[in-house]
Amino acid sequence: MDAKAEDAPAMAGEARPIRVVVAKPGLDSHDRGAKVLARALRDAGMEVIYTGLHRTPEEIVRAAVDEDADVVCLSLLSGAHPVLVPKIVRLLREAGLTETVVMLGGTIPDDDVPAMRAAGVAAVFGPGSDLSEIVRAVREHVARARAGAAGA
Amino acid sequence: MISPPFGSGRDPAEGTAPGPAVAEREPTTLSGIPVQLVYTAEDVSELDPRRDLGTPGSYPFTRGIHATMYRGRLWTMRQFAGFGTAEETNERFRYLLAEGQTGLSCAFDFPTLLGYDSDDPRAEGEVGRLGVAVDTLADMERLFEGIPLDRVSTSFTINSSAEIILAMYLAVAEKQGVPWDKVRGTVQNDILKEYTAQKTYIFPPRPSLRIITDMFAFCAEHVPNFNTISISGYHIREAGATAVQELAFTLADGFTYVEEGMRAGLPVDRFAPRLSFFFDVHNDFFEEIAKFRAARRIWARVLKERYGAKDPRSLRLRFHAQTAGVTLTAQQPENNVVRVALQALAAVLGGCQSLHTNSMDEALALPTETAVRTALRTQQIIAYETGVTRTVDPLGGSYYVEWLTSEMERRAEDYFRRIDEQGGVIAAIENGFVQREIADAAYRYQLALASGEEKVVGVNVFRDDEPAGVPILRIDPEVESRQIARLREVKRTRENRRVRQALAELERAARSGANLMPPVLECVRAYCTIQEMDDVLRDVFGVYEEDVSI
Ligand code: B12
Repeated sequence: MDAKAEDAPAMAGEARPIRVVVAKPGLDSHDRGAKVLARALRDAGMEVIYTGLHRTPEEIVRAAVDEDADVVCLSLLSGAHPVLVPKIVRLLREAGLTETVVMLGGTIPDDDVPAMRAAGVAAVFGPGSDLSEIVRAVREHVARARAGAAGA
Repeated sequence: MISPPFGSGRDPAEGTAPGPAVAEREPTTLSGIPVQLVYTAEDVSELDPRRDLGTPGSYPFTRGIHATMYRGRLWTMRQFAGFGTAEETNERFRYLLAEGQTGLSCAFDFPTLLGYDSDDPRAEGEVGRLGVAVDTLADMERLFEGIPLDRVSTSFTINSSAEIILAMYLAVAEKQGVPWDKVRGTVQNDILKEYTAQKTYIFPPRPSLRIITDMFAFCAEHVPNFNTISISGYHIREAGATAVQELAFTLADGFTYVEEGMRAGLPVDRFAPRLSFFFDVHNDFFEEIAKFRAARRIWARVLKERYGAKDPRSLRLRFHAQTAGVTLTAQQPENNVVRVALQALAAVLGGCQSLHTNSMDEALALPTETAVRTALRTQQIIAYETGVTRTVDPLGGSYYVEWLTSEMERRAEDYFRRIDEQGGVIAAIENGFVQREIADAAYRYQLALASGEEKVVGVNVFRDDEPAGVPILRIDPEVESRQIARLREVKRTRENRRVRQALAELERAARSGANLMPPVLECVRAYCTIQEMDDVLRDVFGVYEEDVSI
């Protein structure tokens, strides 16, 4: 699975703590991974908001707007990602969150990863992913997004 | 001290994961029970074999619930299956029966589990994906086409809406001309662990428990050979609990159901014989065996001593086991066959009554036919080639296993006390205690993986970074539109006046406290949809929202 982020710029300018919304879209009720992830990101010094289960795409986008999220972490083990993920990304962009990083994890078959990337997902992490690698990837993607926003 | 290995910039002492550092750590079981190098008679000096073990088939059933065990009858080989529409799942069911499976186990999709019809906007992208889609009796009729209900037992993984699925199954039996006392099977129907582990709840705890006791009462009278509940540790364990927590929380849930049944006025021996259990069987071989033995002993004693049960069938803890999905890896999936074989062996040595073995593609998708076959063959190899079925409880009397059985029992009792102090299971769910215990254990384990303290072959040791490369099952996205079309057809052709009357009657019963099963049966026969029925109940009972703290 696509666990490797390409070389990212140095971690300069990590001024305010990274704000993360960890979200469970759709009817999926597997929350072990999402909760573990939320705690790991929090213990890594980030500000983490967990949406809880069974959120609609609209609810997730609202949370991202309200919380001024740098990253939206979608955790999906239900196989509904082909429908839900592109919809969430589109609604986020429509809501003006053009720089917000979207990351995805859970049960995502390898063959689906290119479509998820094409839909606007920055990185996909599957079962067995190492927490430290995930933390590193979140930091790198946010740093890059912030650098991009500052440069624009 | 395990500290999160991601450079938090915070004091690691703030971390949530206590426990000694790798080097100075004494070996423990997976649940954290310290283990000695060797066990001797002294470690079990307090064990009184007559009092604490009994003989197989006799109180307190530590050694098993049958005198002849697998010589009398093998465990039921029951693979959990369901996907797409009823036709596809019917085909998988028939395949499994043809391959020698001896019972059916049905998985539902998320809309069905959560009480939404396939055409509800929330169901988009989820119809038939992770289980079979059932909207009305018409789907259930197709699901069991050509499968005589008096000759097969079926287990349904459904909790919220269990009363609806049971009613549909009974309605299919009627249509097949099978009397209800010939219908065998199980509805999971264990709502307490939904709040703590599986999370497919709809209503708050109180009304949910009332639905369950209505089912106890109805089935005791009309469907005497159906297990009205499968009190489940599986989901608790898979959500992150340790073996001790699984044991303790599951039995505590079981005691709660007994108390609820008695509170509803049912004599304990009237419904306790139909209570069944469902446990996980995980990697730590001896700990799992000890867990099953301890579970039987605790259940027998508490039912007898605390609840005054007299019927030996009330005292016997019968259980289904499933190998631990969460131990199975996306990396090097072939290795999972080995893990499953070892876990399944532990379940058999622990005296299970039925068993599901997970497939090697567990971490990737719903299983392919080939993968399921290997999983089923694993059970058949244990049953017919290893010889472990020859003698009952072959590990009974092992110093280590007996010591560990007693130790698990003692640790479970600590949890029972802590739960009692909070006012019982429902209070301990409402205040978040059980959920927190499970989430903490899950996080501790994940940190132990990240630090390398816990090892998973092919994942954090002995890796090769090749892609998995096994074919996976793909669900046809057309399933959704086909299912919606079928639902519309049913709605178009049913008798809508009867539907309205049946739903009104359901609402009256829900409000009055009358047993819900008769009006649910009438709704089902009238081809009401699951969501129509659940919406009525949502209006009356309200919906449950969980606290989202992490
Ligand atoms: C545990 C589990 C359960 C538990 C859930 C407990 C809970 N509260 O979470 C129980 C037993 C209740 C359960 C039930 C069901 N399950 Co289940 N379950 C699993 C299992 C075995 C492990 C998932 C898990 O928690 N792993 C541990 C966590 C830590 O890992 P993780 O979630 O993958 O997260 C890691 C990464 O993916 C990543 N990650 C995850 N999310 C994100 C997000 C971002 C942004 C990032 C960066 C990373 C990231 O980081 C984590 C650390 O590495 C998987 C199979 C497997 N081995 O993966 C099946 C599996 C997910 N379940 C499945 C199914 C079908 C179900 C049911 C629908 C069955 C049914 N019909 O009744 C029910 C549904 C109920 C429910 N709660 O959802 C299928 C899904 C198939 C598919 N998608 O194609 C699977 C794949 C098993 C299978 N092969 O059939 N399940």
